Amino acid sequence: MSKKVAFLQGNEAAALGGIYAGCNFFGGYPITPSTEVAEVMSVELPKVGGKFIQMEDEIGAMAAILGASLAGSKVMTSTSGPGLSLKQELIGYGCIAEIPCVVYNVMRGGPSTGMPTGPSQSDVMCAKWGTHGDHPAICLTPASVQETYEEVIRAFNLSEKYRTPVMVMPDEIVAHMRERIVFPEPGEIEVIPRKTPTVEPAQYKPYDTSYGDVPPLAAFGSGYKFHVTGLNKLPDGFPTTKAEYVQAEEERQVRKVDANADDIIQFEEYMLDDAEIAVVAYGSTSRSARYAVNIAREQGIKAGMFRIKTFWPFPDKQIKALAQKVKGFIVPEMNLGMCSIEVERCAQGKAVILGINRVDGEPVNPDQILEKMKEVK
Amino acid sequence: MSRYELRFSGAGGQGLITAGIIMAKAASIYEGKQSVQSQSYGPEARGGASKSEVIISDGPIDYPKVTKCDALLAMTQEACNKYSDDLKEGGVLLYDSDLVTKLPEGNFKRVGFNIINTAKNDVGREIVANIVALGAMVALTGQVSRENAEKAVLSSVPEAFLELNKKAFSMGYEKAEAAAKG
Repeated sequence: MSKKVAFLQGNEAAALGGIYAGCNFFGGYPITPSTEVAEVMSVELPKVGGKFIQMEDEIGAMAAILGASLAGSKVMTSTSGPGLSLKQELIGYGCIAEIPCVVYNVMRGGPSTGMPTGPSQSDVMCAKWGTHGDHPAICLTPASVQETYEEVIRAFNLSEKYRTPVMVMPDEIVAHMRERIVFPEPGEIEVIPRKTPTVEPAQYKPYDTSYGDVPPLAAFGSGYKFHVTGLNKLPDGFPTTKAEYVQAEEERQVRKVDANADDIIQFEEYMLDDAEIAVVAYGSTSRSARYAVNIAREQGIKAGMFRIKTFWPFPDKQIKALAQKVKGFIVPEMNLGMCSIEVERCAQGKAVILGINRVDGEPVNPDQILEKMKEVK
Repeated sequence: MSRYELRFSGAGGQGLITAGIIMAKAASIYEGKQSVQSQSYGPEARGGASKSEVIISDGPIDYPKVTKCDALLAMTQEACNKYSDDLKEGGVLLYDSDLVTKLPEGNFKRVGFNIINTAKNDVGREIVANIVALGAMVALTGQVSRENAEKAVLSSVPEAFLELNKKAFSMGYEKAEAAAKG
């Protein structure tokens, strides 16, 4: 049987990927260039028995999905730059209260309202450091329409598996670009369900670490009563300032992601085997990079690409290893050097790092990357 | 590589993004090629420069934007001035001859006819000017067959307007053919 195909936008694919993953609650507030996700969800979710709600603002939308998730739903919201800033307080709440949810953020020009219809990659640091305090961060940066669909599914899986908010951050180009997409059959891509308690309601503690770093999560309304707070908490969910609990809990929350980095981090290595120059790229910029690498190879330049699919946790180990092999890194991005900072941290001075940074609403084009390759000596 | 790059440009509200989407859909769903459509537009709902870019190839497409334009549609003088710089030698410029009067210099084919007035007077509705232009672009570029492009048009427009769009498409296709022979 031939598979279903369509010609879709990244944002449309994101909504349909969410539905494939079992999303049954979407709380949103429209904002360019992410509005199509909410549009598609408002049409498609009711058809599968899900609920769509447009809230009064981005903060309300984030609060709504956290509440729905605690009631057992698989949840998602979508936004862009300024909306992501507004959601940050509650993203932190989702991290400390350990509430699975998917935040889909399309990167447009910033800061503030910036350039609503222009592409950017300047929210990647906000994905990790936007909300205050030490907390886990998972952020995926897809580069095509098909990948956006699949990465939204993976985001749901990771958020359920690690009981934490997960971000998917395409840039505006990927989000608004249209390509052919081939839909997977039901069951073809794994969908990971939430780990729920096996104990009786009276024995249930929402942060009981005897089950490992990711405690089971009961659904409100299923007979389990528990306390949820943004304060540091005890295993039963009630607030505490006891040093030994606070320290251990903070460390566990970060550890549940960091210790599983190998399970979470995905990347693509393109023509890196004999490469002297490694272009480190993500999102639509990786498409410019691939184009440039292909031309460079025709010209006899030994260039390759390391494509970041999981921006957070950052692929430290892989970049560290590459730094031992290559003469230099080129890091093209639509911001003033956010990924460059991470590459520098990992490379530890072992290779030269050259950034290409555009914040004028235009993509980094392949010629710029080719030109930069000449500077790697 | 067979990379072919098209740009549909004009003013916001002229339906050029839709025209680009249908061209790309014709290539990737009906013609068996690969294609990517992308767009850039201002924050205005109407007016302002708008462009929709389509890359068509036999193989995977990396960079989704135009590098050297093979075929440019210009529906306003502003768009023509702004977007004709990277038109390839041997490429083709299609323009609305009522609205674009100053043509760029260069070694490429120029084909013009009254696109918007064709929609208004010959087809009967100005709103299908983008489909007239699409028909013309299909004829001039040869990247997708007339039949496949028509299928893509008909699968993209509301059912009540199938005939109108079919007529607009044919008229654009034929007028461009005639104008190209010139």
